[in-house]
Amino acid sequence: MKKIKVTMYFPANKIAVPLTYHLIRDYNLMINILNADVSLNKVGTLVADIEGEDKDIEAGLEYVRKIGAEYTVFTKSIIWQEESCVHCGACTAVCPSGALKMDKSDWSLTFDREKCLICELCVNACPLRVMSVKNGDIIK
Amino acid sequence: MSYKTIEEINEKIKAGKAVVVTAEEMVDIVEEKGVKQAAKEIDVVTTGTFGPMCSSGAFINFGHSDPPIKMTKVWLNDVPAFAGLAAVDAYIGATELSESRGMEYGGAHVIEDLIAGKDIHLVAESYGTHCYPRKEISTYINKNNVNQAFMFNPRNAYQNYNAATNSSNKIMYTYMGTLLPRCGNVTYSTSGQLSPLLNDPFYRTIGIGTRIFFGGAQGYVAWEGTQHNPEQKRGENGVPLGPAGTLALIGDLKQMSTKYVRAAVYQQYGVSIFIGVGIPIPIIDEDMAEKTAVKNKDIYTNVVDYSVSSGPRPVLRRVSYTELMSGSIELNGKMVPTAPLSSIKKAREIACVLKEQILKGEFLLTQPVTSLPLTNTVNKLEIRNKTEGELNEED
Repeated sequence: MKKIKVTMYFPANKIAVPLTYHLIRDYNLMINILNADVSLNKVGTLVADIEGEDKDIEAGLEYVRKIGAEYTVFTKSIIWQEESCVHCGACTAVCPSGALKMDKSDWSLTFDREKCLICELCVNACPLRVMSVKNGDIIK
Repeated sequence: MSYKTIEEINEKIKAGKAVVVTAEEMVDIVEEKGVKQAAKEIDVVTTGTFGPMCSSGAFINFGHSDPPIKMTKVWLNDVPAFAGLAAVDAYIGATELSESRGMEYGGAHVIEDLIAGKDIHLVAESYGTHCYPRKEISTYINKNNVNQAFMFNPRNAYQNYNAATNSSNKIMYTYMGTLLPRCGNVTYSTSGQLSPLLNDPFYRTIGIGTRIFFGGAQGYVAWEGTQHNPEQKRGENGVPLGPAGTLALIGDLKQMSTKYVRAAVYQQYGVSIFIGVGIPIPIIDEDMAEKTAVKNKDIYTNVVDYSVSSGPRPVLRRVSYTELMSGSIELNGKMVPTAPLSSIKKAREIACVLKEQILKGEFLLTQPVTSLPLTNTVNKLEIRNKTEGELNEED
């Protein structure tokens, strides 16, 4: 089993295809939708975690390509140097997915990597420069 | 009715009998026991704040080289420092930018590196005089080999501040952080009920000469801060409804800690510095017990539209800190996420550290030498012609 994070882009005429349904049913993949921006007559985007066997993921992504959608696999990740952080909260002002949040019990910053869209807005928004982007292994 | 003098409180501290609580703990104590009882039982309430405070910097005396130099231009790690005073005195301002690295490194970083004990590259130039013949110097300084290094911050510990939003269609990069278009977020910068001057709204116990926790060292209130604005509108509880009083602070940089002084970079705005400030408030009477029990829900500020760059910035609504700290507020009929810029976690830590220092007898309270002014407003810088009839050297 492995897990990847992808952004899928649908041409305006393909948004009617029940893509996630097929990925789940036909390719035995677990899909966790992190962000979706789909509206009529517009290129739709879907950011999701995809978990499954290597061959299933490969076949699923081939299906995505076949129906005319495009995808990019996230190869980067955001690194938070927690020990240097002062927990001011400036990064939470720009985080679109709620991955960076203040824990109201003790006002610590919390970072939920699962929710991170790797938009990199926090990197420049952090006044202490403790958020950075790490390039990971390139997935084919 | 007065219960205690500061001398009496200090005697209790020395005897290890003082009752010290943080401003957050005081909220619950007063709620539970009432103002009268709390005023009798509690001797000191500690406050704290840890936010970006741009109006900060440090004086350094480098000592004389052989032969000596009357430094007229000074750079510290390539950041210009002001040297227009005597021969080897300079002032490094927190927001000054590096001439080679721009916004990524500035005066605040020099200050943080000095506190950390690092070597700093000193370059200076001069025109040379009979008594100071040297014309240039390049060497390394650190906090142990300079004569004095003391922070003198003209404006710190703002008593309340605006919350910021941006109604334009473009993202804005400001000292209030990144403001998303179409009022996509609201940022605020205060420690609320923990904040020093919000716990002593009329400066009854905080005045000139007050000993404070300053960047990890013991420092002092030197003066009213610049833009001190005590005449700001106040609520029924006396708490200002917008930016009001400020403090000029002084303290020994050599004693400070990078735990409580941190350089900051705000994208496209520039460099600033996080300063940790904690002020103990002696509970001399019922009034101070009541004032130090102030709650976030009773502290208000204005949400100001930073996209308006000329004329007074529009106020979109008034909001309490309880609402701001909840994570979202209603603005123009929709819920908008809020984000702090000042670390409440560190503010709480500072109030706790100060409490421990007082309990251990390491930190004694002070009677202000004189009070901060209660009347003063902020002037605008008018662009105008010279006053008629006034003579100057050109005439």
